[in-house]
Amino acid sequence: MSKLTEIKSELAPRFSVSQFEFNSAFGDDVLVVPKSDIFQVLQFLRDSGKFDFLIDVCGVHYPQRQKPFDVVYHLFNSKDASRLRVKVPLAEGESIPSALPLWKGADWFEREAFDMFGIRFDGHPNLRKILTHHQFAGHPLRKDYEADRQQHCTETLPIHFDHDGATRGDVLNERYMPINLGPSHPAMHGTLRVMAELDGETVVRAACEIGYLHRCFEKMAETHPYNQVIPYTDRLNYCSAPMNNVGYCKTVEKLLGVEIPARAQAMRVILCELSRIIDHIIAVGTGGVDLGALTSFFHLFTYREKVYTLFEKLCGARLTVSMTRIGGMAQDAPEGWFDDVMVFVKEMRQGIDEISQLMLGNKIFIKRTQGIAPVKAADAIAWGYTGPLLRASGVGLDLRKSKPYYGYEGLEFDIPVGTNGDIYDRYLVRIEEMRQSCRIIEQVCRSVPGGDYTIRDKGIVLPEKKDVYGNIEGLMNHFMLVIKGLRPPVGEVYDATEAANGELGFYLVSDGSANPYRLKVRPPCFAIYQSFPTVVKGWQVADAIATVASMNVIAGELDR
Amino acid sequence: MITGTQRHDDMSRSFALTTRLDAIIAWGQKNALWPMPYGTACCGIELMSVMGPKYDLARFGAEVVRFSPRQSDLLLVAGTITEKMAPVLVRIYRQMLEPKFVISMGACASSGGFYRAYHVLQGCDKVIPVDVYVPGCPPTPEAVLDGVMLLQRMIQKRTPRPWKDNWKAPDYE
Ligand code: SF4
Repeated sequence: MSKLTEIKSELAPRFSVSQFEFNSAFGDDVLVVPKSDIFQVLQFLRDSGKFDFLIDVCGVHYPQRQKPFDVVYHLFNSKDASRLRVKVPLAEGESIPSALPLWKGADWFEREAFDMFGIRFDGHPNLRKILTHHQFAGHPLRKDYEADRQQHCTETLPIHFDHDGATRGDVLNERYMPINLGPSHPAMHGTLRVMAELDGETVVRAACEIGYLHRCFEKMAETHPYNQVIPYTDRLNYCSAPMNNVGYCKTVEKLLGVEIPARAQAMRVILCELSRIIDHIIAVGTGGVDLGALTSFFHLFTYREKVYTLFEKLCGARLTVSMTRIGGMAQDAPEGWFDDVMVFVKEMRQGIDEISQLMLGNKIFIKRTQGIAPVKAADAIAWGYTGPLLRASGVGLDLRKSKPYYGYEGLEFDIPVGTNGDIYDRYLVRIEEMRQSCRIIEQVCRSVPGGDYTIRDKGIVLPEKKDVYGNIEGLMNHFMLVIKGLRPPVGEVYDATEAANGELGFYLVSDGSANPYRLKVRPPCFAIYQSFPTVVKGWQVADAIATVASMNVIAGELDR
Repeated sequence: MITGTQRHDDMSRSFALTTRLDAIIAWGQKNALWPMPYGTACCGIELMSVMGPKYDLARFGAEVVRFSPRQSDLLLVAGTITEKMAPVLVRIYRQMLEPKFVISMGACASSGGFYRAYHVLQGCDKVIPVDVYVPGCPPTPEAVLDGVMLLQRMIQKRTPRPWKDNWKAPDYE
């Protein structure tokens, strides 16, 4: 019995399922529920142990429909890695119960849906704008909002906090000292803003203001053809750009129903693991800087430069590589590239050992991080943590193991898991993951499959330049694909990969045209960072800084 | 034997040089730029490389990175400036003391880049005066170094900067 029929049979005695819609398409299970039942359905799915994670909540706008909005919930079960998409159609002006009492992690996702579409969530205590600035009028992801209609912002908001039922967020307590950090503050990595009330050095309340790097990725995706979206994905988590390329292309390929050749898969794995290493380098290096240790940063950056050199050899770009195409890679690796990678991995292993001694064995570092602001496993799940932070809290979930793709199932590697969920464990996990990534790269590099680096479907992949200029058929195929565009079938998919920060998901809706109809990114650090005010409560300011650093919040994917 | 004025001249040459005051000030300014990195996005990561071990901006006399606008004289805008960020950027710029210079690193900071979008400022020069634009998405570290050197030449030659002289703060400030 498939999971969906099982769910159906269990829902049947409790709800009038005749009004529900169950369907499976492109390998995803979908359940459409009327608004009146949604809260109970979600509650049942959670309490019966069917799904423990609320991965994402988002909206979609269909102006022609009678009920023009969809609220889409993505649920995930960490035991068997099954997923369910629950959708609720809403009419203009209708509201929907907030999922916040079930999952704390719904908080910011619902605020985002409100900001982008104007969907109201009943019972949400802080249903305010989150990404756009406070003077912004309208809801930009509605289809009638033009992509380039800018609205200027003339002031920043003063210090404010979230409402918590008892106190209003904009009323400050005179007993405490208000403090504002960022967005231009060295510990805030350029774009984060944290406001806090302090009792001495202790944080009494804190709040995050985000959106200072809201670059409208999702709207840009709707106004560009599928392949032109790839460079935008680079700039989500720019510390590990290739991983975003891979995540996005994998989603589109799932919708197209194509499997990429073995060589492309191997190249993607290598790129992903190299990116994981350099992403963790930034996390660990700047984490050290935020604690006052500059050496780790300079030392680790040497290795990052080496990876940049590898990327440069591969495609000419250092940071924003855009190396994948839908259907495979943009080009083959140059001769000897895999050997260069092997040489690098060898050096890197030594570097990791050094850095782990320098940081993890350092008395000051241990004192600053061990036992500081820990997050328990149950809380981590409720917040929607994924990736190294979830594993630091003791949950051994990694999509590369639980739902392997691109041949990860055949590779030998371990998933490091922490015990306390404190800052120290997070770095411990990250540094160990770098070692495991080295192992993976070595295994793949030793036996890179031959063959083509991309599929050759003329409706998906552009012909090679030599064919475009060399023969009429190549020229025609090129012309047709450029004019007509790559057009996936009508439908929608969700696909996720294990990125450096956790589950990077793409929810793609296609109406059969050459641009995505809707592309929702599920960024890992968005879910993580919303827990910040709760996690640092009662800790000192310096611990709060260390916490931000250990969360490795990357503004590009946080604000999109 | 040399006597008189000539002798005094020779003697003073052995321990002094003559120059114009503004020239020597420019020389000092150019070789002691204190940058404030305003890294907001991907370009900020590449800026780390510029500061990092391989490219090492310190070699060009711009070593002392300051995160306080009061202590710096070169604002390095590296990354997309959104509408929400614009008032913050203006405030930071105004907090810097004279003389001050601005380098806009990358397509986004210079023009909004490929984000022709509802929440992105179409270039930081919409709100603050920019001296040097460095193209690229992100620019290579070499390009940034070149931008810094260009600025140094401008400082040395006392290149007129009408964009700076005629700058008016956006009316909300
Ligand atoms: S110019 Fe390119 S690399 Fe630089 S911030 Fe903009 S998108 Fe990122």
